[in-house]
Amino acid sequence: MKVVIMGCGRVGARLASLLDADGHEVTVLDNDTYSFRRLPPTFGGTALFGNGIDEEALRRAGIEEADVFVAVTQGDNRNVMACQIAKHIFNVPRVMCRIYDPLREEMYSTLGLETISPTKVFAQLLREKLEG
Amino acid sequence: MYIIVVGGGRLGYYLLKALLNEGHEVLLLEKNERICQNIIEEMGSVCYRGDGCEAATLAEVGTGRADMLVAVTGDDEDNLVACQVAKHKYNVPRTIGRIRNPQNEVLFKKLGIDVTVSTTNLIIEAIEREVPTHPLTRLLTIGEKGLVIVDVKISPESTTVGKTVKELSLPSESKLALIIPHEGSAHVPAASTVLRAGDQIIALTSPESEEALRAALRGV
Repeated sequence: MKVVIMGCGRVGARLASLLDADGHEVTVLDNDTYSFRRLPPTFGGTALFGNGIDEEALRRAGIEEADVFVAVTQGDNRNVMACQIAKHIFNVPRVMCRIYDPLREEMYSTLGLETISPTKVFAQLLREKLEG
Repeated sequence: MYIIVVGGGRLGYYLLKALLNEGHEVLLLEKNERICQNIIEEMGSVCYRGDGCEAATLAEVGTGRADMLVAVTGDDEDNLVACQVAKHKYNVPRTIGRIRNPQNEVLFKKLGIDVTVSTTNLIIEAIEREVPTHPLTRLLTIGEKGLVIVDVKISPESTTVGKTVKELSLPSESKLALIIPHEGSAHVPAASTVLRAGDQIIALTSPESEEALRAALRGV
């Protein structure tokens, strides 16, 4: 499948290289080219400089043909906005959004976005480790 | 009216001042402590320190009873989220979002933000009004009805000069409201009104018929 990942931080870069190794067509978008240093030398996908909440940049990243869009920048609001552009403007079949703030995550999940709150997941994981 | 303003930049600051002067109950939400402190020292307790995109902050300031939330931070994504949280979590009846990138207008509208204000577009519209060669200018958008009020200038080259309103093939969704002639006073156009060079025509139209209206009024 064709995947566009917005944000080449630790999670974005790792996800990109994993999906690339699995044989998917991956494009990573970041507004700081320095972030691309995190991609391994073996990475065979595309690293593209651009702002993920700009429709032009998303078009350049090939969002019109994408099967999946993943937003993993540091900003919850940027992720939320980019995902809504992907979903409502470009009709990307599957859109995944990282939202740190659990309250915001719940709201956007009710509004129909596929969301993950690392805060919630990780706190839960730690609790299970400690109590279990 | 209880109005919440998100973002204490220069725009938020002057908006707060103006709304207070009009006698509204206004509260400004600002993340930066120093900015908040300055506003409180100047205007009293009309500023609350917090993130206007966070549901918890909005709960603390009683967003549930707000009549309107205006998000005017410098970032489109923050304005979008503040408006969406206000709308979906606290049922605020009117949300207004400031946008920097004019392309975002479509997205904001699609996601239910009631009014968008694009500074970029406002300046472009002002430029168009100032440039006399521009044949059609948007004066106002009536959001709920999906209509726009436009200003069309009839130039000496327009092939419609000398024709009556009746002879024009106007799109059905357009209505002529007023003719402001180059000289003399403004009048409401009738079927027999003759178009003159220098006329300025104020009309109501759907955005889709805008181009057809311009063509009908100015000829080819």
